[in-house]
Amino acid sequence: MSDNVLFALEAAANGLTVGIMYSLVALGFVLIFKASGIFNFAQGVLALFAALTLVGFQTGQVPFSHLINAIFGTNIHDFGFTMPAVLAIILTVLVMILIAILVERLVLKHLVNQEPIILFMATIGLAYFLEGLGDIMWGAEVKRLDVGIPQGMSPWVDEVTYNLFGYGFYLDELSLWALGIAAVLVTALVIFSQYTKQGRALRAVADDHQAALSVGISLRFIWVLTWSIAGIVALVAGIMWGSKSGVQFSLSLIALKALPVLILGGFTSIPGAIVGGLLIGVGEKLFDFFMQPIIGGATENWFAYMLALVFLLFRPQGLFGERIIERV
Amino acid sequence: MLDQSAEGYVTADGRQIGPVVLELKNITLRFGGVEAIKNISFDIREGEIRAIIGPNGAGKSSMMNVISGFYVPQEGEIIYKGYKRAKMPPYQVARTGIARTFQNIALFEGMSVLDNIMTGRMNLMKSGFLKQALWWGPAAREEDEHREKVEKVIDFLEIQHIRKTPVARLPYGLKKRVELARALAAEPQILLLDEPMAGMNVEEKEDMSRFILDVNDEFGTTIVLIEHDMGVVMDLSDRVVVMDYGKKIGDGTPDEVRNNQDVIDAYLGVSHDE
Repeated sequence: MSDNVLFALEAAANGLTVGIMYSLVALGFVLIFKASGIFNFAQGVLALFAALTLVGFQTGQVPFSHLINAIFGTNIHDFGFTMPAVLAIILTVLVMILIAILVERLVLKHLVNQEPIILFMATIGLAYFLEGLGDIMWGAEVKRLDVGIPQGMSPWVDEVTYNLFGYGFYLDELSLWALGIAAVLVTALVIFSQYTKQGRALRAVADDHQAALSVGISLRFIWVLTWSIAGIVALVAGIMWGSKSGVQFSLSLIALKALPVLILGGFTSIPGAIVGGLLIGVGEKLFDFFMQPIIGGATENWFAYMLALVFLLFRPQGLFGERIIERV
Repeated sequence: MLDQSAEGYVTADGRQIGPVVLELKNITLRFGGVEAIKNISFDIREGEIRAIIGPNGAGKSSMMNVISGFYVPQEGEIIYKGYKRAKMPPYQVARTGIARTFQNIALFEGMSVLDNIMTGRMNLMKSGFLKQALWWGPAAREEDEHREKVEKVIDFLEIQHIRKTPVARLPYGLKKRVELARALAAEPQILLLDEPMAGMNVEEKEDMSRFILDVNDEFGTTIVLIEHDMGVVMDLSDRVVVMDYGKKIGDGTPDEVRNNQDVIDAYLGVSHDE
């Protein structure tokens, strides 16, 4: 095989990593959109907030330490202990559930039956609030996140590809883990929604609120449940992204990359979010690989949006979305 | 005139009707300045088939929504099983044993017939989310038990052949039947049917009437129904409430109601020139 094809394949494989991150963020969007019809602008910030909280717990940071020091003239920063990753993750999950409960109590409950655009605006507010809260709680500096997922070149991929093609691919081991974890997460979600009572309730609410109420399903409980799951998915995305490039505020911007993913995959499809994310991840790497010599670099910044525009022209419901039928 | 003592009465076809299970007292419901229900009282007895009839816009569906908790009346009280019912959201009313169907079918279109009916048993399932996640065995067994009950309902309503079909693909008449099945799966004490036969042809209406009678007979379920087809109502029901412009203008056996002058006026229209 020619070198060029091999390099392209390597680029595509690396695109999968980035793609799976997009997928995870898009997945959070889809879950909330399906259950409540809300486009949750805050999904990216949820990932950031989860990652910040996780690092904070792990390193034994005192929350609000800047604020406390400013008010009381103290000088505290750390509790002076570190926490094992597993415990920190469990605690962060609890925090995400708490956020879900608060969002339902303080925001959603008061906006029942409002126009979708109003709920959308509320999530924009929520995004900025959480961003600020994360900042005040844990500080604004870039943080290193390490929960023990191996990083660096995967020797296994290197060896296998070397034996196959005579050229060893460079693939970050983190990518493989990300793929595996995403696969487990999606399988768990599918089993949950297809085979459990609450999963059935979730699908019921996504389908028809009135009917769901009439069989005794509490909408408020389901909302807390979906926001909790979306929070946990955000935590997974935050861990992956944070391990790769550090926990920083640009993390919340990956939410914007999830938009074209949703347009590709459809707003209501879980497999769509996954496939859409991978397509965009791989697509932008390949596009960059082939087009860079011709039109210059930085195509990754706009490729996804352009692809989304093309999709909007030819398949506005996305790959897996529900067909849009206008009945007259 | 029926002998309506506190214990109940015996119908013309020999069924024993029990004591009052749900009583509506002086219910008034307003939407802004419009009074949809004006000071209406009536009761529903155990094992009864109770109909609410009236011209379009009389407030029948509003009444149904009050009973099922979707609307909260501004005035009046609801006595259920001897206790005044506190204000509660509709999903909690459903949990007290009141199931319903909707005038414009409200099914979960994306789910199969079986899954739709399984949601009806939501409140009877005990395993919580965590238990299902951590303790798979017993939860799976519970799921099987509920599945068995659901299969019985499916047999009862003769919809075996469509059990795996996504609801969105079914014709109207069958959707109505699936909705009834979902309500039945909850094993309700009171079943509210909002125009169960609307839009059906004669044959489908006959089937539905038979199912309603069978449900009442087999499970002793109390049934409250709204229906436009007078023939059907008079055949099916034990007692009838007649509404017009939000007011109750008649209440009694089909025969009593049929001969009530107000009811005749409301239905046939009355000339004001005379």
